Parts: sequence; structure tokens; C-alpha cells
Amino acid sequence: MTVPARSGSLGLGYGSKLSGDAVFSRITRFFALVVIVGLGAMALEMAAASAPTLRAFGFDFVLGRVWDPLHRVFGALPFIYGTLVSSLLALVIAVPVSFGVAIYLSELAASWQRDLLGFLVELLAAVPSVVYGLWGVFALAPWLRTSVEPALAKSFGFLPLFQGTTHGFGMLAGGVVLSIMILPTISSVSREVLRSVPSSLREGALALGATRSEMVRLAVLPYARSGLLGAVLLGLGRALGETMAITMVIGNRPDISASLFAPSYTMASVIANEFTEATGELHLAALAEIGLLLFVLTIALNIAARLLVGRVGRVALGGRL
Amino acid sequence: MKDRFFVRLFVDRALRAACLLATVLALVPLASVLWFVIVRGAHGLSLTFFTGLPKPVGEPGGGMAHAIVGSLEIVGLACAMGIPAGVLAGIHLSDSEDTRFARFVRFSADVMAGVPSIAVGLFVYVLVVRRMQSFSALAGAMALAVLMLPTITRATEELLRLVPESLREAALGLGVPKWRATVRVMLRTAAPGIATGIMLAVARAMGESAPLLFTSFNNRGFASSPAEPTASLPVNIYTYAVSPYADWHEQAWAAALVLVTLVLCLNIAARWLVRGRLP
Repeated sequence: MTVPARSGSLGLGYGSKLSGDAVFSRITRFFALVVIVGLGAMALEMAAASAPTLRAFGFDFVLGRVWDPLHRVFGALPFIYGTLVSSLLALVIAVPVSFGVAIYLSELAASWQRDLLGFLVELLAAVPSVVYGLWGVFALAPWLRTSVEPALAKSFGFLPLFQGTTHGFGMLAGGVVLSIMILPTISSVSREVLRSVPSSLREGALALGATRSEMVRLAVLPYARSGLLGAVLLGLGRALGETMAITMVIGNRPDISASLFAPSYTMASVIANEFTEATGELHLAALAEIGLLLFVLTIALNIAARLLVGRVGRVALGGRL
Repeated sequence: MKDRFFVRLFVDRALRAACLLATVLALVPLASVLWFVIVRGAHGLSLTFFTGLPKPVGEPGGGMAHAIVGSLEIVGLACAMGIPAGVLAGIHLSDSEDTRFARFVRFSADVMAGVPSIAVGLFVYVLVVRRMQSFSALAGAMALAVLMLPTITRATEELLRLVPESLREAALGLGVPKWRATVRVMLRTAAPGIATGIMLAVARAMGESAPLLFTSFNNRGFASSPAEPTASLPVNIYTYAVSPYADWHEQAWAAALVLVTLVLCLNIAARWLVRGRLP
């Protein structure tokens, strides 16, 4: 390979096997391959690491309610329950607000508001997870304990959701923190989806005498529906995998309780808490299997979300998420 | 007829107000978080915070110099691994026509971007830490690089695609080799945008704690080499926040202030680079 790079410029490459172009394209191709190999290796390594529990417990792992590392009994149901319920709670809170933000920013706001508010909403995504956790521990949880939870118990205490002692730390705190963290994801993807709706639809609706909100409801939203669902799924995927903030506020107790005030535990939290202190090979494998479940779940959600968003048209998500 | 008109007008106003309210509501947590971080963080901030090492457990005082240095070291190493790989992979995606390989790479990058960071930490633990028999800054950096890779790849690709093809043709017409046209003309034109993508990815990586818990772990002092367990700001914020000591809580807030300042500066600088140039 003693060829001067110039040789490629004439497209002749006198007597050489590899021109500069060929070398360069091989290098870039190699790193493109790294992306695929990285993802594949992730799946394989985690499957291999969780092999012992896959063999020992099989499907019971997912249904077992007892998690007792001392007696080597591993059932992941409480964690799966905690992850799903906290994520759904986060969606219940975040989706209406995010859609409101997206509609306001893409359809209603003046352009200077659009830039400023859009920037601020995206800053929400920039705050590190552990800082939300810190805020959750010292600001949110005390507020929930002294103000919000007693009020909920007073007004809606007849529902099992709002019964029991109020700790501040628990499912409700976890759901609220998660909702704050997924809000920027859902709103910025929704905003991109709304922006890709052809403006002829809007103009048509307005020309027929629709008000702004009727235009949004009758012309924009129906067209964007699948993309908006995709945005929600992307938010859900983020909520399922979120670790630090929720670990700090959810209470970390592997119980299945109907009350939102009760402490709970999520899949990501148990990995974060127990992994470095895992006792024995089986415990490690059990945690790795939880990681594998999380990995598979979030990947499936992501693929579904991207297919749905892609149906609306070319929406640029790549660099952002 | 007229009544109906006013009803519609009223509904329109109400729905618009609801959307505005949602936007304001979304910003309340941001304001609250920043308020708490600034007020409580400023209280714990001092010169020793930046220069000192932690005192023995239970003794007040001390600082987080080791965590600041450790964080910068881990993120720096992650950049060294993640940025070149991401940019080169992105170049491949924008250069190659829509081959099956390119589509698959694009798909993998998108999927990878959605993998939870804790799962990436697990992966690197199994791949690196278990084999090296030690937590290390290198393993932490690798986890962060994996998190940065898809973002940088896709950002590079999207931004290279925005550069007019005529620029490349002009360069090729002057007899420049194709790869030099890519690097010197296309990449340079897209550079501010790509830098923005990279800075956003770095800012995100800097705040990550979950993947560092069992890759770079923690350290009560400076690590003497990248092959040793290394302290980082996010992991220290976590351990200090869940500890029972009031003094540690104060230091956690101070560390959060430092971290948030770093991350927000990166974010604002990233956007400033492309002000008015991107849609």
C-alpha cells in the first residue's frame, strides 16, 4: 500500500490494488458494520449471561412472585409489575400534556414562542436522570407526602388506588418523575409528526371556515394519528428503561400492591441496586435475564414506534433520539 | 345560528388555552429542578469542593475533585471511541446508495438508540469487566461510547444529506479524489451541524449514571490509571443522595449544580453553533 493518495484522482490507480477511495470506503464500511455487530453482540452476550436462570426457571421466572437471593429463588413478576404500572402511570400523566405542547408549538404559537418554548421543553430532556432523582428525593417526595397524597386520599380514598399510608416514596412518585422525563420525548416527536402533515390540509380546513382548533381536530390529527401513537410508544420505551431517577424515588420494595402510595420496584432498579453485590452466579444470571427482558421489550416497542411514525411521512428522528 | 358560532368560538378559545396551559405546565418541573439545584447547590459549593477529596465516612467536609476529574476522563475516553466510529459510520450511510446493508445499519442504529442505558451497562460488564476482572474507566467509557454511537451516526448521516450534491460534483470535477471530496468538502460544510449532534450526544453521556454503576464503579480517591475503578459525578450524586448524612446531601446538590451547568452549557453551545441554520 505505497500508493500516493493522488492516484485515485485520475481513477486509474496505476499498478495499485487499493486506491485512496477504496481504503476510505472500506474504513467507513467497517465502522458501519460495528453498529450492527454491537447490537448483535449485546443480544448474544446478555442471552449467554442469563442462560443459567433460563435453564433453571424457564418461563416461571416471569411469573414467580418471590425474589429471594439468599434461598436462590428468583421470580421477576414484582419487578415487571412495577415497571409496567409506573410506565403506564407516566403515560397517563405525560401524554395529554405532551400532545398539548406539540399542538401548541406546531399549530398555534407565534414563531418566537415556538423557538423559545421548544428549546425550553427540550432542556427538560437534557437534565440528567440522577438530578431528577435527587430532586425527587428532596423536593417531590416530601411534597407528595405532605400535600398531594393526603388530598388524593381524602377525595378519592374509596378507590384502592389511593389507600394506605402515605410515604411520599412509592409508585406515584416514580410515575410522576417518569412522566417528566418522557414528556420531552413524546412532545418533540409529536411535534415533528405534526410538522410533516401537509399544509394543504390545514388550508383546506380553514378555507371551509373551520376555527384553528377545528382545523387541528378535523384535518391535522386524523392524518397524524399513527405517528402520534408512535411518539407515545417511543415515550413508553424510554419510561420502561429509565433507571436512576425512578430507583431513587420508588421505594424499592418488591411488593405487588394496588395502591399508588405503596413502594414498588422496577426491573431497571433491581439491576442497578443488586448487580454489584450479587451473591453467586445464579443471582447474576437472574439480573442479566431481567436486563435481557428489558432489552427485548424496548427494542420491540422501538421498532413498532418507528414503523408507525414512518407511516406519516418522512419525519426526521434520527439525530434526535 | 349565531349562538352556534359563539359556541364554536368559545370552544376554540378554550382548546387553545388548554394547549398553552399544557406548555406552561410542562415547564414547571424544569423551573423547579433548576431552582432547587441552583439554590441548594450554591449552598454546598466551595473551593474545597473542587480541590478536595472525600473525608472518611461520617466526617464533614471534603470535596469531589476525584469525581470531576473522573467524569471528564471517562467522557473523554468515550469521545475518543464513539466520535470517530459514529462519524465514519454516518459517512458510509450517506455515501452509499440505499443498499440493503445501509438500510440494516440505519435500522440497527435506530434500534440501538432505544436500548435502555442500564442494559448497555450490563452488556459492557459481561463483555469487559468480567473478562478484565476489574471495574475500570475504560469499561465506563465504552458503555458511554455505545450510547453515543447511534446518535452520532444518524446525525452525521442526516446532516451530510443536507449538503448539496453539486458541491461534491464541483470537487470531483476539479480532479479531487472522491474520499477527499467527502472529507474536505462535504464533511467540512456539514461540520457545524455534526458538531451540534456530537455535543448533544456528549452532554447526554456526561449525565448518564446507570451504565457507569457497574462499569467504572466508584472510587474514594483519584484512579491512578484508566484500568482502575474511577469515580464520576453522576454516580457520586447517587451514592451521596441515598446516604444518611446531611453533609453528603449538601455535596450531592453541589455536584448536581456542577453537572447541570456542564450539561446545559454543552446543550446551549450546541444549539448556538447552528443558530438559524437548521429548520
